[in-house]
Order: sequence, then C-alpha cells, then structure tokens
Amino acid sequence: MKASERKELTDFRTIFFIPSIVPLVASAVLWIWVFNPQYGLINTLLSYIGISGPGWLDDPVWSKPALIIMGLWSVGGWMVIFLAGLQNVPVEQYEAAQLDGASSWQRLVHITLPFMSPYFLFNAINGLILSFQFFLQPFVMTQGGPAESTTMYAVYLYQNAFQYYRMGYASAMGWILFVVIAIFTFILFKTSARRVYYGGS
Amino acid sequence: MSVRVSSPSITRAAARGRHRTRGHYVGRGAIIAVLAVLTVAFALPFYWLLSTALKTSPQIFAVPIIWVPTPLQWSNFSNAISFFPFWQYLFNTVVICAFTVLGTVCSNSLIAYGLARIDWPGRNLVFILLLGTLLLPSQVTLIPLFIMFAHIGWVDTYLPLIVPAFFGNAFFMFLLRQFFMGIPRELGEAVRIDGGSEFTIFWRIIVPLSKSALAVVALFSFINSWNDFLGPLVYIRTQSKYTLAVGLSTFLGQYGSQWSWLMAASALVFIPIVILFFFTQRLFIQGITFTGSKE
Repeated sequence: MKASERKELTDFRTIFFIPSIVPLVASAVLWIWVFNPQYGLINTLLSYIGISGPGWLDDPVWSKPALIIMGLWSVGGWMVIFLAGLQNVPVEQYEAAQLDGASSWQRLVHITLPFMSPYFLFNAINGLILSFQFFLQPFVMTQGGPAESTTMYAVYLYQNAFQYYRMGYASAMGWILFVVIAIFTFILFKTSARRVYYGGS
Repeated sequence: MSVRVSSPSITRAAARGRHRTRGHYVGRGAIIAVLAVLTVAFALPFYWLLSTALKTSPQIFAVPIIWVPTPLQWSNFSNAISFFPFWQYLFNTVVICAFTVLGTVCSNSLIAYGLARIDWPGRNLVFILLLGTLLLPSQVTLIPLFIMFAHIGWVDTYLPLIVPAFFGNAFFMFLLRQFFMGIPRELGEAVRIDGGSEFTIFWRIIVPLSKSALAVVALFSFINSWNDFLGPLVYIRTQSKYTLAVGLSTFLGQYGSQWSWLMAASALVFIPIVILFFFTQRLFIQGITFTGSKE
C-alpha cells in the first residue's frame, strides 16, 4: 500500500523523516523541555487524561524510558530504508496471490515480510551497532543521568577519557566495545540466516 | 524470457475491479487515520518548540497550558542571539562542512575508482579490510586520534575535523565503488585505446556519469559533518570557534532555565537543515535507496 501510492504519501513521509536528519543536539534540547515534569508537553498531555506524569529525566526509574521515547521520534530514518525495500517487492507476486484468493493478511505474511527480511536484518544490524554507541542524548540531556541511570557505555568512556583523564582505561573500554559489538553482530547474522530470504532481484 | 499471455497492467486492472469492495475503502480509511494520528504525534514536538519560543516567560509557566501564544514574542529570537552567537557558529559550521565535503567527495571517488575499475593484486583483500572499519565504533579510535592530534598541536583547530575527510571513508567509498562498477567497461577501454591514462578515464568518463552518486555522497557527508557533535566537542576549546551543535549544548549549560531563549536557539539550529532538506528531498531518498536496495 505504501509503495503504490507514493505521490500522496510523500508529504506524510517528510514529517516522519525530518527528525532523523536534524542536529541531534537541537532535538535533545527540545526534548528536555518536552519531558519537563511540571510544564512539558508529555506531562501536560498526560494530565488531560488524568495521569500525573512521572519525573522523566529527573527520575532514575524513568530516565531511560524517556530516552527510548525520544529515540522513537527518529524512526523516520529507518522507515525510509523499509520504504525502499517495499518498492522492490515484485508486484506480480501480489497479483498471483490475489488470483489464488489470498487475503490481505496472507499476502502480508507470505509475500511482503519475506521480501522485506533483508531490510529488517540491515536495520537490525545498523541499529545494534549504533545503539551500543549511544552518546549524545544522555550526555547532553542528563550528563549521565540522575544517579548514573543514563551513564551509557559511550558516556562512561568519554567521562573516563576527558573528565577523569584515565585515557588508558578509556582506550581499553573502546576495545571491549568493539569486541562486544562484533560478537553481537555475529550472533545476529548467524541466527538470521535461516529466516532471511534474498529474493532474485 | 517467458512469453506473457496478458500484460501486467490488464491483469492488475482486472484484479482491482473484482476486489474494490467496501472493505477496501474501510481499510484505506483506517490507514489514513493511523497515519494522521502518527503525523500529529511526530509534528507535536516541533509545534511545542515554536510555541515555547514565541511565549513570554509567564506564559510558559501558565496553568492551564497556553497552546497558542498571543502576541507572538519574536523578540525571544533576538534576545537568544545576543547570548547565543548564532551567526558565528553558523559560519564556523559552514566552513567545516564545506571543507569536509570537498575532501570526502574527492578522496572517496578516487579510492572507489581504484577499487572498482582497476585490477591489482590484493585489491579484494584491501576492500574487505576497508569494509571492516565500518564495524569499528568511533569510540575505539577516538582517544588515540586525540592523543596524536594533541601531539602535533592540532587541538583547538578545525584540522582534526577536516583533514581525515581527505583520507577516505569506508561507507562512501563502498557506495561509490558499487556505483562505478555499474558503468560499462567499454567506455574505459575506448579511452585506453586512444592513449588516455586511468585518470583521464576517471575524469572524463566516470565522474560525469556519476553525478547523482557524487551528489548523494556530498549531501550525506555534509549532513554528517553539520550534525557532528563529538568531534567538535573533543577538539574545539575556544568558544568563538564552536559549531552550532557544541554551541547549543554550551548555551544549554549556561542558560538552561531560560526556556524561551533555549527553544529559540534550538529552533535556529534546526532551521538550516530543514531548509536544506526541502531543497534536496529527492536526493535524500535516492541516496537511502542506493544504500538500502543495493544490498
């Protein structure tokens, strides 16, 4: 559906895509205000449905969920990869399935998803590698968080190198990170081999 | 090559005619509704940004929340600029980005040519090694690079940010290599027969035919350089040399409680990229398709 009505949906696509290309620092600053416990956007909206919003970035329990929610705003970048993938699914398969009486759900599961599986893998690996390097948001928004709840690995590495001047330790941390990412990437590749379908195109 | 009995378009039209039921339109309506809700959800933070940037301080802390500020407090922007040297930072960022793009396009196109169009022993091994650097998180090389640049006195200059761009980037050289490999060999052969050098082939055949791929590389490296935070954070120490990214984070640290100024400054940092996006939309999507569908 998304692939065949490209023209009408271009405008929708824009608003989803822009948050993923703008300077992350500016987004971080904006979302600090969005998550403000008293006057921010999220708690205001929650108050309209009678929920008293949590302290978000000031609360060690809610700081990581806050960062996750903010991260969802940037799904547009991933979405565009999936869009490219959708356009590569051969239309003849859908027609053949429809003539054979397949329902929309069956078409989705048996045609769309298999042809999209390489793109799922691509995004999963990229996402894995990038999320291990998660630095800017915790650094700018919470400086490692209330009670170190957002001290991500990359943040801790930076602190060790440039704040505590323990460069050797930080360098070792860098190598460990590399090994960990390599291991996870390898596991992801190996477990996906059977489930990823590389179509003829 | 099989012979088709009926053309795809006729089959498609017949299928559509049989299945355009009311359920089809209900399904379509549901999709539009979901998209509308998501669009509002995604756009709301931007609206929040602008509405806060245009409020007075009492309006920001008003209860119940004021959604549309009246009158529009444009003076917040000029006040923010007096404490957030936007034009200075903008200039710095543009300078760094321009040189970075130049270095990236020049170096990676030459490297990709060597990897794609010339056969030499060990070429494939080198290519795989280069690709391997993609797996390397930036944190691994961050510290040794910093120590090296500190030793040669490049800290607090733009050189550590610009010079590496002239030495290639695995992602872009991969992208260009794939593209160059798609250009027919006969064109290069013709130049060789006429006595031209490899560089002639590169300059007169490959480059003109690769304008779209090179434009994608230029655009993406520009965006990366513009949004780069860790690089300028580590290497630039004088405030007058800050980029927009680092400058904004410093502004946050100094004037964090002045929400209207902070949102105004943040909006100013957003604007150049948004403008760039609207002018280069097609190139963006094209670029992502290059990397996405050439898997």
